[in-house]
Amino acid sequence: MGYTENELAKDLENQEYKFGFVTNIDSDKAPKGLDESIIRFISAKKNEPEWMLEYRLKAFSIWKEMVEPSWAHVHYEKPDFQEITYYSAPKQTKKYESWDDVDPEMKATMAKLGISLEEQQRLTGTNVAVDFVMDSVSVATSFKAKLAELGIIFCSFSEAVQEHPELVRKYMGSVVPMTDNFYAALNCAVFTDGSFCYIPKGVKCPMELSTYFRINEGGTGQFERTLVVADQGSYVSYLEGCTAPQRDENQLHAAVVELIALDDAEIKYSTVQNWYPGDKEGKGGVFNFVTKRGMCERNAKISWTQVETGSAVTWKYPSCILKGDNSVGEFYSVAVTNNFQQADTGTKMVHLGRNTKSTIISKGISAGKSQNSYRGLVQIHKNASNARNFSQCDSLLMTDECGAHTFPYIECKNSSAKIEHEATTSKIGEDQIFYCLQRGISEEKAISLIVNGYCKEVLNQLPMEFAVEAQKLLAISLEGSVG
Amino acid sequence: MITIKNLHASIDGKEILKGLNLEVKAGEVHAIMGPNGAGKSTLASVLAGREEYEITEGSVDFDGQDLLELSTEDRAREGLFLAFQYPIEIPGVSNINFLRTSLNEIRDYKGEEQISAKDFMALVREKSALVELDAKLASRSVNEGFSGGEKKRNEIFQMAMLNPKLSILDETDSGLDIDALRIVANGVNKLKSPENATIVITHYQRLLDYIVPDVVHVLYNGKIVKSGPKELALELEEKGYDWIKAEVDAQ
Ligand SMILES: Nc1ncnc2c1ncn2[C@@H]1O[C@H](COP(=O)(O)OP(=O)(O)O)[C@@H](O)[C@H]1O
Ligand SMILES: [Mg+2]
Repeated sequence: MGYTENELAKDLENQEYKFGFVTNIDSDKAPKGLDESIIRFISAKKNEPEWMLEYRLKAFSIWKEMVEPSWAHVHYEKPDFQEITYYSAPKQTKKYESWDDVDPEMKATMAKLGISLEEQQRLTGTNVAVDFVMDSVSVATSFKAKLAELGIIFCSFSEAVQEHPELVRKYMGSVVPMTDNFYAALNCAVFTDGSFCYIPKGVKCPMELSTYFRINEGGTGQFERTLVVADQGSYVSYLEGCTAPQRDENQLHAAVVELIALDDAEIKYSTVQNWYPGDKEGKGGVFNFVTKRGMCERNAKISWTQVETGSAVTWKYPSCILKGDNSVGEFYSVAVTNNFQQADTGTKMVHLGRNTKSTIISKGISAGKSQNSYRGLVQIHKNASNARNFSQCDSLLMTDECGAHTFPYIECKNSSAKIEHEATTSKIGEDQIFYCLQRGISEEKAISLIVNGYCKEVLNQLPMEFAVEAQKLLAISLEGSVG
Repeated sequence: MITIKNLHASIDGKEILKGLNLEVKAGEVHAIMGPNGAGKSTLASVLAGREEYEITEGSVDFDGQDLLELSTEDRAREGLFLAFQYPIEIPGVSNINFLRTSLNEIRDYKGEEQISAKDFMALVREKSALVELDAKLASRSVNEGFSGGEKKRNEIFQMAMLNPKLSILDETDSGLDIDALRIVANGVNKLKSPENATIVITHYQRLLDYIVPDVVHVLYNGKIVKSGPKELALELEEKGYDWIKAEVDAQ
C-alpha cells in the first residue's frame, strides 16, 4: 500500500484536525519574503489545481505594480512585505509554553467574558486535553452532517478548491476582483485559507454558521479568504470572529470576504472582531486591512453587522453592490477605539438596480487618545430609479483627547433617489453617570449600560448569544475610560 | 437618620452652602422651601455625592456613618435616594434593565443574593401600580421621551423599587398637574414607615397638602434660616419670602 506525498500530507492534516493541535515542522514554513517561488510553494503545499496557481500568479503581478494606499486619518508604520512569512503551519494563534506564561491581564479579560477555564486554556493553546478537543470535533462533525443533509456546503477554502472547484472558480473574484485594491491583490496572491459556504436554492440554513466550529481545522490565516454564496431564494446567517482576545504573531491581516446573494436570497453576515490592539502605548497591535463586499441580485438582501473593538489600525468598509432590482443592503456597525487605536471604517452602498434600498447605522465610540473615523459612500447610478438610502452616523466621545471624524460621500446620478443622512456627536454624559451612581450602580457598570444603550440598534441585529458576548466585550474595551 | 452640621460647599470657587444645619429623624418628613437659587438642589446634590462640589467645612452623619467619606454609589447602596429635579435620559437602556442592575448592585453590596427574574417582575408590577405608572413605561428607555410628569412619577417608582432609608425629593411636584401630584404624594405616603425618612424640597405649598411634613425649613442664601411646624408653609405661601429675607438681612 503506497501513499503519494500528497495523500500523506492530506492524511496528516486530517489527523491534526482530529486532535486539534499542530506541530510546527520546519519544512512547513516558507522562507521570509515574497516572490514568485513563494507563491508556487504555497500553491504546491496546498496541492492546488493549475488554475488556482495561475490566479495567484496573475494577482501577484498586478500587486507588484500597485502602490500601498495612504489615508488622512490613519497613521502607522507601513509593513515590510519582504519581512513577512507567507506560509507556515495552519494554526497561527500565538502559543504559550504553559498556562503560567499567559498574560494575567488576558486571563482576567477572558474570565470577565465568562469563558470557562478549559476554554481559556484552549484559546491560548495551553490545553491539549484530548477529550475536550475531541468533543468540539464531534460537535463540528454532527453539525456538518446536518448541513450536508440540506446540501449546504460549509468547509475550509482549501477544501472547497479541491472538492468544489466549479463553484470556487465561478464566484471567487466576482465581487472583489484581484485588481480591486492593494491588499485585495496581495490576498489573492498569497491567501492561505479561509471559509467557503454554499447554500442551495430555496434552502434556509437552520442554524447560524460560525467559523468557530472549524477553528481547529486551520485557524485563521493572516491572509484569509471567505466566500459565501446563497443561491436563489436561500437564507444564511454567518458569524465570523470571536470575542476572546486574539493575539497573533502576525501584525498584518489582509482578508477578503465575498458574499453573493442570488435572486431572492438573503445573507446576514455578523462579525465580532477583537484583535490585539497593542499595549497602552499602542505597540505591537494588529493591522487589519480587510476588503468585504457583497453582491445582491434581484430582490436579494445582504446585511453586514460588525462590532469592532480590536486592532491597532483597522481599515474596513463592508460594502454592498445592489445590482438587482429591489435589492436591499444594510450596514450596522459599532467601532470602539481606545488608547492609541485608529479605526477607519464605513461602508459603500452602490445602487445599480431600481427600487434598491440601503440602510447605514454606524456607532463610533472613541476613548483614550484614539481616532475613530467613519467613511461612507452612497452611490446612486443613472438607472437606479427610486433608490433610497438612510444613513445615521453617531459618535460618542469618552474623553477630551480622542477624536471622531465622519466623512459621508454621496454621488447621485438619478433624481428620483431619496437620501437621508443624520449625524450626531456627543460626549458621554456626566449627568448620566451621576444618575446611575446615585442608583447604586458602579461607574464601570454605568458606562457599560450607557454604551450598550447607545449601540442597541446595532447589537439588536446580532444573534442573541453573540450580542450578549459583544456587550461584555464593549464594557471591557472601555473599562476606566471616562475622562 | 441624618445630621448635617455647619455644612459649607462651593462650586467653581463660589460658595453656595454657607453653614447649613439640619437634623431629620427616622419616621419623619421634612420640607425644605426657599426661593430660587437658595441652594436647595445644591444641598441634594452634595448629599448624594456629586463630585463637582467641594465641601470646605462641616459634617454629615448618616445613620451612624460619615456620609462625606462614602462614594456616591455607596451612599445610594446605604439607602440614600435622590429623586432628581430634572431626571436624566439614558437612551437604549430600558427602565427595567436599569432598575434590575441598580437593585442587584445594592443587594450585592449588602451581601444579599441577586433578585430572581420572577421576583423582580412581581416587584415591578406591585410598585408601578403604586404610582399608577403605565407598565409600558417600565419597559421603555430610561426617561427617554417621557413627559415631565411621567419622569417625576418614574422617580417615585424607582424610589419604591429601591426602598431607601432616606429619600430626598427635589421639586418632584413642579410640572405636575393636580392628578399627578396626588398620585405622587400618595405613593410617597404609602412608602412612609417608622424606619425611613423623607426630605421634600419644594417651593409650592400645595404639595404639602398631600404630604404632611413634621417640620418645615426655609433655606435662604445657603443656610436654614427658619424652621417651624407645617403651618409655616402656609405662611410662606401667603406672604412670600420677602419677610424672611428682611428678617435675615436685619440680623
Ligand atoms: N456650576 C455652577 N457654578 C456657579 N454657580 C452655580 C453652579 N451651579 C449652580 N450655581 C448657583 O448655585 C446657586 C444655588 O443653585 P440651586 O442649588 O440649584 O438652587 P435652588 O435649587 O434652591 O433653586 C444658584 O445661585 C446657582 O446659580
Ligand atoms: Mg433646584
